[in-house]
Amino acid sequence: MAKPAVLTHPESLKRPAGPSEYAKNPVNASMSKADKIALYTKMARIRHFEQRCIRIYQQGKIGGFLHLYVGQEAVAAGTISLLGKHDHIITGYRDHGHGLMVGMGMNECMAELTGRVTGCSQGKGGSMHYFAPDKNYWGGHGIVGGQAPLGTGLAYAVKYMGLKGSCLVYMGDGAVNQGAVHEAYNLASLWDLPVIFVVENNGYSMGTSQERSTAHPGCLAKRAEGYNMAWDVINGHDVYEVRAKTAIALKRAHEESKPTVLEIFTYRYFGHSMADPDKTYRDKEEIKEYREKKDPVLAFEQELLSEKVLTPELSLKINEAAMAEADKAALFADESPDPTVADITKHIYWEEDNRGPKTTSRGTIIFE
Amino acid sequence: MAVISYREALRAAMREELKRDDKVVIMGEEVAQFNGAYKVTEGLLKEFGPKRIVDTPISEAGFIGLGIGASMLGIRPVMELMFWSFSYVAFDQIVNNAGNIRYMSGGLINCPIVIRGPANGGTNVGATHSHTPEAILASHPGIKVVCPATPYDAKGLMKAAIRDNDPVYVMENTILYNDKGEVPDEDYIVPLGVADVKRVGTDLTIVAHGRAVITSLKAAEILEKEHGVSVEVVDLRSIRPLDEETILASVRKTHRALLVEENKPFCGVDAQVAYLIQSKAFDELDAPIHRVSSIDAPQIYCKRMEDLQMPNVERVVAEALKVLA
Ligand SMILES: Cc1ncc(C[n+]2csc(CCOP(=O)(O)OP(=O)(O)O)c2C)c(N)n1
Ligand SMILES: [Mg+2]
Repeated sequence: MAKPAVLTHPESLKRPAGPSEYAKNPVNASMSKADKIALYTKMARIRHFEQRCIRIYQQGKIGGFLHLYVGQEAVAAGTISLLGKHDHIITGYRDHGHGLMVGMGMNECMAELTGRVTGCSQGKGGSMHYFAPDKNYWGGHGIVGGQAPLGTGLAYAVKYMGLKGSCLVYMGDGAVNQGAVHEAYNLASLWDLPVIFVVENNGYSMGTSQERSTAHPGCLAKRAEGYNMAWDVINGHDVYEVRAKTAIALKRAHEESKPTVLEIFTYRYFGHSMADPDKTYRDKEEIKEYREKKDPVLAFEQELLSEKVLTPELSLKINEAAMAEADKAALFADESPDPTVADITKHIYWEEDNRGPKTTSRGTIIFE
Repeated sequence: MAVISYREALRAAMREELKRDDKVVIMGEEVAQFNGAYKVTEGLLKEFGPKRIVDTPISEAGFIGLGIGASMLGIRPVMELMFWSFSYVAFDQIVNNAGNIRYMSGGLINCPIVIRGPANGGTNVGATHSHTPEAILASHPGIKVVCPATPYDAKGLMKAAIRDNDPVYVMENTILYNDKGEVPDEDYIVPLGVADVKRVGTDLTIVAHGRAVITSLKAAEILEKEHGVSVEVVDLRSIRPLDEETILASVRKTHRALLVEENKPFCGVDAQVAYLIQSKAFDELDAPIHRVSSIDAPQIYCKRMEDLQMPNVERVVAEALKVLA
């Protein structure tokens, strides 16, 4: 049995029971009651969406891989809640939470999972490949680490166009060992790009605990020093802390056009994907410990209850509404049509989809 | 003879080679403690220990490059890619380094590495995870590529690959892992570059590799029963080296050829096979060569459409009837 992941998280980052010390941080203190309720609602929606997905998967309606975000909600919620018009995001395959946070609808997200033409990617991408460029969400990428250079490029484009913006590039603790990530780190720092690399450290890459996969100087974020980049570590069970520390990195991106590596300690409650029986590499006790003592959604609920922003009745209403929304999305996904065989060869080339005087090449581009 | 699964056959090949040669090392993501993402290496860590069975970080360029380097000094690494789709982040190592080192050193350096893992569509995982790079890789001289379709071939080809002194890339198929078949108890290899006639027939030759062989065999069954046609199915097994003689001999017998593969059509393996037949057996043909491959698009996620995108029994039967018309 591998050592429990909790040991790899610096002691100081264990969230003590009780209110967040970041509640008074200006980015949090300045939130209105409605803002706070909205943020909580979004976290609850992610939780219920994902839990609904489990049932649909078990009914055999979702095939392939399904990587759940349950337990990690505060990471996407905290970081994305700070973003403005010219801030972009890109992530790996554990991408549903980010999608819901940027404002994608549960219907289109659910329908994508069941491969329907009403899905966000018209049934072409699946669970690992959500996209919503109209909401500055550039995916949803299946190849570990592949998104890091892309996100760096998005930040480059933002800077090139003279916009005050950034790109948040999410990846896992296992992804930091891909060459592409290191090349992206170097480029981001060398060219002063407004990018924030968010390492969602949930302790494991599939069945490999973080200490078995990575040589690092105390924490993964500290690798940034080798590239002359700023870095910070964050308790990802406390959405206020996520917001407070991400805000600093965002300011660095916006005002100095400089990159940051943020390592956010978090935890996934379910197996790597639904295909992972999750029996060999961590004990049930460890999962229980996180669920019961550090759950980010419950912690924020507690926080807001004690702030008297939330009442138990309102919380119940929010959660029931989220569940009902997920149920409706499941129905929508069930009843939506599939793409057609003709759809298979659409969206391969711009010019095939837009035949006309503007197409610039000749010859066959799609073959029989 | 024991009846074992394709997965067990691969594992048996590795186990026997690990026992036979202490230079054999297994490496890859989740191969040891987790027993393999697809359980192909299950139990090997327990039997051979952590020096021989090694878990790697998610660093394909790094660990595959390392394996190539180690092979230059005589280690025989068998590297698992969780999916061949992930080989693309290690393409430079796989093609430029492994494929060229012997040539560029004027034959001074051997590179006896095996890279193995599943390369298939049909599992509803979307475009990034459904690549079948056998044609791309086989187009590089210096590299060998095999695609077993049955447990017998999986074991025999894997053993041959491990004993070979050149880079051999073994493309497996997750959909075949549970398929069962007879496998001899005694030591054997399936030599690289030897095709296998999986079904004897007289009216039409189907050339296929990988799971397309299984699809073609089912189609042949239907063609026989429902259309009274006798179909011969040639399983390439190796893409490079390619057994030209077996293909040509079959075509000379049946005078008609249908080529089936799960690749996309452009520059697919069958483009090469079609050229081979027309250049060396043109006069033998009674009809144009036809192909069935995947519909030319990135792999669609939607399972129902993916099943139609790929060669399936219905498509093979329909196309066969066209060749026979
Ligand atoms: C290049 C590449 N190699 C391997 C995989 C298979 N794979 C998918 S996710 C994963 C583990 C990643 O773990 P981590 O980065 O910690 O992210 P988490 O799943 O914990 O969110 C692996 C090995 C892949 N998708 N891409
Ligand atoms: Mg992880």
